[in-house]
Amino acid sequence: MSNAQVEIQLIAVVVAAACAIPGVFLVLRKMAMISDAISHAILPGIVAGFFLTQDLSSPWLVLMATLTGMLTVVLVEVTHKTGLVKEDAAIGLVFPAMFSIGVILIARYAGSIHLDTDVVLSGEIAFAPFDRLYAGQTDLGPKSLWVMGGILLISLILLFVFFKELKISTFDPELAATLGFSPVLLHYSLMLLTSVTTVGAFDAVGAILVVALMIVPAGIAYLLTSKLKTMLWLAVGAGALSAVAGYWLARRLDGSIPGSMAVVLGFLFLLTWLFSSRHGMIPGIFRLKRQKKEYALLTFLLHVKNHSAPGQDPAERDVAHLYGHFNWTGKTARMVLNLAGKNNLIHMQDQRVSLTTKGETFTEEAVGYIIFNEKAALENTKGRFLLFRG
Amino acid sequence: MDPSAYFSLLFSDYTLRTISLGTVLMGIVCGVLGSFALLRRRSLLGDAVSHAALPGIVLAFMITGTKDPWLFFLGAILSGLAGAVWIIGISARTHLKTDTSLGLVLSVFFGLGILLLTMVQRQPNANQAGLDSFLFGQAATLMVSDVIMIAVVGLGSLILVAVFWKEFKLLSFDPQYAGTLGFKVRLLDILLTSLIVVAIVLGLQTVGVVLMSAMLLAPAAAARQWTNSLGTMVLLAGIFGALSGLTGTAFSTFSDKAATGPVIVLSATLLVVVSFFFSPGRGLLFKQIRLYRNRKSLRLHKTLSVMYEIASAHEEFSHPHSVSILNDFRGYSKKCLRELEARNLIVLKENTWMLTREGYEQAEMDHPENQGR
Repeated sequence: MSNAQVEIQLIAVVVAAACAIPGVFLVLRKMAMISDAISHAILPGIVAGFFLTQDLSSPWLVLMATLTGMLTVVLVEVTHKTGLVKEDAAIGLVFPAMFSIGVILIARYAGSIHLDTDVVLSGEIAFAPFDRLYAGQTDLGPKSLWVMGGILLISLILLFVFFKELKISTFDPELAATLGFSPVLLHYSLMLLTSVTTVGAFDAVGAILVVALMIVPAGIAYLLTSKLKTMLWLAVGAGALSAVAGYWLARRLDGSIPGSMAVVLGFLFLLTWLFSSRHGMIPGIFRLKRQKKEYALLTFLLHVKNHSAPGQDPAERDVAHLYGHFNWTGKTARMVLNLAGKNNLIHMQDQRVSLTTKGETFTEEAVGYIIFNEKAALENTKGRFLLFRG
Repeated sequence: MDPSAYFSLLFSDYTLRTISLGTVLMGIVCGVLGSFALLRRRSLLGDAVSHAALPGIVLAFMITGTKDPWLFFLGAILSGLAGAVWIIGISARTHLKTDTSLGLVLSVFFGLGILLLTMVQRQPNANQAGLDSFLFGQAATLMVSDVIMIAVVGLGSLILVAVFWKEFKLLSFDPQYAGTLGFKVRLLDILLTSLIVVAIVLGLQTVGVVLMSAMLLAPAAAARQWTNSLGTMVLLAGIFGALSGLTGTAFSTFSDKAATGPVIVLSATLLVVVSFFFSPGRGLLFKQIRLYRNRKSLRLHKTLSVMYEIASAHEEFSHPHSVSILNDFRGYSKKCLRELEARNLIVLKENTWMLTREGYEQAEMDHPENQGR
């Protein structure tokens, strides 16, 4: 690998990590589309800044574009507050208008500034290593690495300092307000961080793919965990993975690097959606099957228990009787009997079923939890008693 | 640019007439179906679907190597629908919320589109030029075959809207009720969503995938401010859409640098801003005027009622009282007194006031004890 290749991947990883952190909070706060709005609407700010400074990583440009991002957030809120349109419509009206202004400005001054619409949409990370930062004569590395590294550092510091506040205000805004954290302040801080990150990443990956780097890693992580810290780590990890894998995919296909990063992220999301043990579709199918079997098992055990009491007709516990009673097919009945037998919950004598001591304890405990709908406790009990699951 | 020059060209120039016809038709279809998208609260679905259409267009070109509008249409529809299904699937089957699934599908599909587009552009194939006009739209690239397609598909969608008018109306305002009446709500919803996708795809060549959502939303949001009737709203939205389309074409014709999409979107947004401020029923300006009037009328009524209470303590209501006894009551002002006098409800004379008969009667009617008589 050449030096430039390593640097491109490094920049991509830093950009992805910096985007993933605010992305997690946006997804949790149901504000994912705000990142879409900001990433489009900063364009006029970037064009104006570029017109003045001629440098995509100048701090003045970052400042101007960030302010434009905040202006977008405020405009969306003002439009929504008029009560004339709903919030999603407000987002949908504000950002295309601002983006249009940006595109028209670019077209108008196309001769005098080096910034074309391709850059706007997909960035120019491939050229990032050529724009370097020098201190006197020493080469300090690509400029965008420094800009994004700085932004990543700022968001990490903010994350460590305000972790508790962010966590509470995200999951329970009322509690946060009663505890004295200002939800408005936190909201605007998050918006500010989102804007700064978007502006920084814009140069590298363009307006729309910033959204992919913010939302998709957070979506993947949210499918895998329900712990905020784990979610942040997973999101950063998914972003970094997509950065490296996306780079090599783009090289192989000879296409846009940010585009292939987004594709890798989409693919990762699809894999997670299918296979995640918690919310995945395929484990979900298996879980459903198991639940069905174990439900049948519990029904059966309860029936046997009810008819084991003195004064009950013991014929109710005959195997032949069970087929008709539950309206089960032979296959289901055999499966249930087999499952109960394997787990040592029943024993059979002359084709008549009775509970073992273990079976009785299990049934009693499980029924108690079912009555009060304590699902977690029920699963726990199943885990303790059943060696062979359904 | 001179608008009259544009209009004279419109009648003489064949190409311009074709392009304008295409954008106007596109604007009408988008306005009409956008109204339903707005009312069904699907405003951002259009954004996601239009971005999701990009890989379909590029794939259609990669597979066939030709630029046939019907093929592009098919590719865009298929990948747009795939995006919509993915969005609905994620929202329904996981705990991720709609905003996340929208942002996710939008950016991933667009990323795929950009990846494919860059791959095509780096291949030595001269035929690919112009594919990127799907990003921001270029009305000037519309050919007769494109316009024919827009006309056929657009008219088809409009006819469907007319046929299912009652059903769509019910679906937009009260889907539960529609269900209890026995309409197949799910099926109708699928039909309406598909029509919205069709409208989006029709506009892609002129407005572009990035800004198409605004074309769907803005004419409808503008029209919504002027009326409370669905029929009028849809009609107005169609007209607004057509107007924006025409403006975009005019700019695109006279300046070959400018992409059409941003111009169309900005003119539609201008219509929205004007409607927000100046529509008589809901507009911000008239709302403010109404608020001011209500405040003033409330102040007058309050003052009059205080005067009535003072006056009714005396035998003769026209007994003059000094203005200073109103000082305890903070709501009055000199302006307010003059206004009451102008309405012939009181008579002011050298720092005193007395109620006229009219004033007394009106205050008596307004008085809470006499309400409901």
